[in-house]
Amino acid sequence: MSGVGSTEPAGVSGVGSTEESAAAVTISGLEKTFAKGGTTALVDIELELRPGEFVSLIGPSGCGKSTLLRIIGDLVEPTRGTVHVGGKTAHQARLDRDYGMVFQEAVLYDWRTVAKNITLPLELAGWSRARRVERTKEMVDLVELSGFESHHPWQLSGGMQMRVAIARALSFDPKLLLMDEPFGALDEMTRERLNLELLRIWEASRSTVVFVTHSITEAVFLSTRVVVMSPRPGRIAAVVDVDLPQPRTADTREEPRFFELATELRELLRGRTAEGVH
Amino acid sequence: MSSVVVSDPGRSLARGFGRGVRDWIPAVVVLVATLVGWELAIDAFDIQRFLLPKPSAIADRFWAERETLWAAGWFTFQEALWGFALGCSVAIAAALLLARFRPLGTALMPYFIAANAVPIIAFAPIAVAWFGIDKGSKIAISAVLCFFPVLVNTLKGLTSVKPSSIELMRSYAAGNVQIFRRVRIPASLPYLFSSLKVASVLAMIGAIVGEYFGGSLTSLGIQIKSAAALFNFETAWAAILVACILGISFYLAVALVERLAMRWHPSARGAQS
Repeated sequence: MSGVGSTEPAGVSGVGSTEESAAAVTISGLEKTFAKGGTTALVDIELELRPGEFVSLIGPSGCGKSTLLRIIGDLVEPTRGTVHVGGKTAHQARLDRDYGMVFQEAVLYDWRTVAKNITLPLELAGWSRARRVERTKEMVDLVELSGFESHHPWQLSGGMQMRVAIARALSFDPKLLLMDEPFGALDEMTRERLNLELLRIWEASRSTVVFVTHSITEAVFLSTRVVVMSPRPGRIAAVVDVDLPQPRTADTREEPRFFELATELRELLRGRTAEGVH
Repeated sequence: MSSVVVSDPGRSLARGFGRGVRDWIPAVVVLVATLVGWELAIDAFDIQRFLLPKPSAIADRFWAERETLWAAGWFTFQEALWGFALGCSVAIAAALLLARFRPLGTALMPYFIAANAVPIIAFAPIAVAWFGIDKGSKIAISAVLCFFPVLVNTLKGLTSVKPSSIELMRSYAAGNVQIFRRVRIPASLPYLFSSLKVASVLAMIGAIVGEYFGGSLTSLGIQIKSAAALFNFETAWAAILVACILGISFYLAVALVERLAMRWHPSARGAQS
């Protein structure tokens, strides 16, 4: 994995095939400075994600966690450094439809029904109609929205809209699920229910998840690892392994270890912002 | 409200229609009361007929001269329709082009907005010189009147799509053409149709005002102008009535197409209570 990703000749994206255990995501020497105002959003980002991991990026607003997610998804260009996804450049991975993205808003297309929203990526990928219909049905069942297929987005609650967005992101079986505060706009109860649902879906799909959040408890509950980020400029302050047993259940939130980990994260976040210790 | 799951859309549509009929009753009462009041006021206050003829007199003339008036109306409506079709299609094509090549749009937009504020009717006599005294000049005026609001609104619709909508499409490796077809164009439809409704009204105005500067004898503008010049006010008012009927029908036709094209929109399902 050497050299600048974007200068690699096309067609060599398969080099990763030599190692089946290739990292799901490898980020090295990453830096991002926005042209407007010259703000440095991210510096010295080094990170490697293993396949099947659920990794949360947590940090205060302005720490660049959403920007990092968008760089991994090839929606924002890094100023320096490389991102490889399953051995390919991030750009190639996007063109190969390796990403399922979910944003804070559900971003459903109002002119499409629930089923048509879920099927959109499949249409773009050129799936046959029969396969699309079958797959959409599976996804609707997975997120428990049967009976709502022909509803329009504005007829659904916020939680249901988010479930459609998740079903859509998973419909084409992407290798990497990128989620930017997907439950941030929902109420606490809906959020906890969808957390459990997401874990069930994650176990079923076995994809790698990068999850941006600013909720400490959500990060602990969902993740196998938590990346703590500090602001101005955004950098990785710590990486915490979450050694809570799998599968997580509603009771996980009441285990002593859950509180210990939450406390640890809270102190890491506070330490970084108040003292700036290394 | 947003968390409520709306039940059967078909039933709410039927309910919306029933409510629609009931909602019209007050408006009909107002219309009848106005006409009766108008009729009585003219006798009561001895209003001169060149100021305002009686509704019954206008109705008589409307019936007596129905053939001439509707022939004139159809003539003018055709001009308006051609102007509308021409102005709107060029505007939509231009909007697509400017949305695709954003620097071009950014450079030209201030001028379009400025041109939109120019009283284009002022150019009517010049249009007659450029495009002839016949239909051409009327179509041109209608087309120019329709062009700017449709361009400005459609461009706004095409470009004010939420960035996350576009990012999502890019994450599916969608190209620019697919993003236009599947996101920008559908998202711009509400903007497009509200400007088309405005344009339908402007097209009729353009055609009639264009005719005031000269044209065929079988046109509404000339009918209104010459009837008024000959103190034949009932005929002038009857011609205005024809113009109103055609203008409103045109508007409603566009509104109907809007409904059909945007059945997905919340407003199309009787949700606008």
